[in-house]
Amino acid sequence: MNQILSHSKLLVFLILIGGSQFLMGRTITICSTCKVSSIKQGIAMAVEYDTLLIKKGTYKEYNIVIDKPLTLLGEDYPVIDGEEKGEIITIVSDNVTVDGLFIINVGTSYTTDYAAVRVVKSENFLIQHLVLEKLFFGIYLEKSNKGKVYHNKIIGDAVDEYNSGNGIQLWYSHHVQVDRNIVQGTRDGIYLEFSDNVTINNNRSSDNIRYGLHFMFSNDDIYTNNTFENNGAGVAVMFSKNIRMQNNTFRKNWGTASFGMLLKEINDAEIIGNTFEENTIGINIEGSNRINYKGNDFINNGWAVKVRGACYTNTFKNNNFLYNSFDISYNSKVNDNVFEQNYWSSYTGYDLDKNGIGDVPYRPVKLFSYIVNRTPETIVLLRSLFMDIIDFSEKVSPVFTPDNLMDSNPLMRKVK
Amino acid sequence: MLKILKYSFYDLMRSRWSYVYFLFYLALGFVLLFLNNDLSKAVITLMNVIIVLVPLIGTIFGVMYFYNSKEFTELLLAQPLRRSTIFLGQYFGVAGSLTLSLFLGLGVPFVLYGLFKSDAIFNFTLLLVTGAFLTFIFTALAFNIALSNENRIKGFGYAVLLWLFLAVIYDGLFLLSLIVFEEYPLDKFSLAATMCNPIDLSRTLILLKLDISALLGYTGAVFKKFFGTDFGLLISLVVLLFWTILPIWRLAIKSKRKDF
Repeated sequence: MNQILSHSKLLVFLILIGGSQFLMGRTITICSTCKVSSIKQGIAMAVEYDTLLIKKGTYKEYNIVIDKPLTLLGEDYPVIDGEEKGEIITIVSDNVTVDGLFIINVGTSYTTDYAAVRVVKSENFLIQHLVLEKLFFGIYLEKSNKGKVYHNKIIGDAVDEYNSGNGIQLWYSHHVQVDRNIVQGTRDGIYLEFSDNVTINNNRSSDNIRYGLHFMFSNDDIYTNNTFENNGAGVAVMFSKNIRMQNNTFRKNWGTASFGMLLKEINDAEIIGNTFEENTIGINIEGSNRINYKGNDFINNGWAVKVRGACYTNTFKNNNFLYNSFDISYNSKVNDNVFEQNYWSSYTGYDLDKNGIGDVPYRPVKLFSYIVNRTPETIVLLRSLFMDIIDFSEKVSPVFTPDNLMDSNPLMRKVK
Repeated sequence: MLKILKYSFYDLMRSRWSYVYFLFYLALGFVLLFLNNDLSKAVITLMNVIIVLVPLIGTIFGVMYFYNSKEFTELLLAQPLRRSTIFLGQYFGVAGSLTLSLFLGLGVPFVLYGLFKSDAIFNFTLLLVTGAFLTFIFTALAFNIALSNENRIKGFGYAVLLWLFLAVIYDGLFLLSLIVFEEYPLDKFSLAATMCNPIDLSRTLILLKLDISALLGYTGAVFKKFFGTDFGLLISLVVLLFWTILPIWRLAIKSKRKDF
């Protein structure tokens, strides 16, 4: 009995060693003076599960197709220069790793979406530690599932929307992890279309022409701890269900048509612990239902929350509204959204029983914001004494603003 | 004129009210900066105070000084002096001392809190300049009213009404006309309407410099294009200057013809 057990152990051991050797494969070194001097040549020579070690240097190549499970490993960031002729790396096989390359000069086209790295119908890919510059599209995942895009730096120089591409684009790609990337100066920093169960964590998307992050028709996704700063229009989340947005920072999306976050046709989402700071509009909500807003900070925005209509059964609880020009803007008389136990910096009520909850309800919609919704030109009267007076009179006895839109239990102290 | 200016100025500098005014701004500046160390935010809060209070104080003080020093004025009129010299001297004395109180009262706390090292210095300077303009404009308007009305009560009434009109009622009418004519393109109209009221003009000027313009949407874009450029700033300052010169000019003319 004992002998059989030790034999089987040995067998397992042997299989493990053999397996790992098989998985490790050979290593092919590529450098300008080596036997193998181009990446394409290296791929042609390699067999499955080989590693191509690319030494420092400049490789002027494009249309590199990886059609077998390989690992492309760059040493000291070798430069792959596409000379603006087209796509640079295309992955069409499962289990491919691309690591540590510096890819520049992707071709710009008005008919084809050339990308620095494109993954087509493949699984288990890992794209990490890449630096992409002078690009059209950065990393483009096309019908590719269960992969990881980790710690890449994408620096575009986009000027116009029509001739620029997105930093990281997912199209029909499910179960993908996008983690610790830095994207700037592209059209959309990160773009998802028809991609479910994607996690987007710890990324930094800034200075993009259009959106820092853009969701379309993508459900059950999570994005946490990302920073979106100074993008053309902010972050847009559209036509998606069950999205969780947690601990993100939306900053300085400042301009006539900018917002921190735009929600359009979003249902059953969770928006928890995010910070919206210095945006023209913190969150712009349109046709979004059953969303749970909890523990968010709205600081120094023009409008903290702008509700455009057709938004029902949303809950705002334990949020901080600090020093926004307008806390809530609302354009309908019907309201079944709940505002409960938020902290409003412009709350002027009192707390006689000292239980931390104000004794008079707070009405976050000012008459002025109602007037501005009706006639946008009236905004030129912002901060005039007349407006303060009519706001005050409306506060005392609401006539124009929905009378049930109020926080009946406003907090006296900031939510930590 | 300089002699009378000097006399009025020193007279006011010794008066209690100048000190109260100065101490009020000093306290306001210190309290604001104590509660909120951010200079640029304090500038925004100060703007709210300045566009309402400075005109009010300028108006009341102007009327009050004119009526109080009436006997002295009549004494001066008996001397071989030009009339415009007497009245302009008094006017500049009052406006100058009010402006000085404003500058010192706000300047001291801001300088102590490190204004020169911060990037709010331009906005703060703009705030002080518009404050000075508002003082000069409203003191001149007040002098005009006082000169035209022998009856003190009536004069006071008109002066306060003028302030109320420009600070509050004007904006109400402005708002009404914007809502009534909302079908029409209104950005040129609102630009013109803003120009016609020194308080609105100062408010818009400061707001746009403080980059709240993005809130203003499309209208804001038109405004920003106008006020945001150096040309717009220049035009606004010229309009403010015009607002100052016009009442002073009328003061000079009126004082020549008035029968004492």
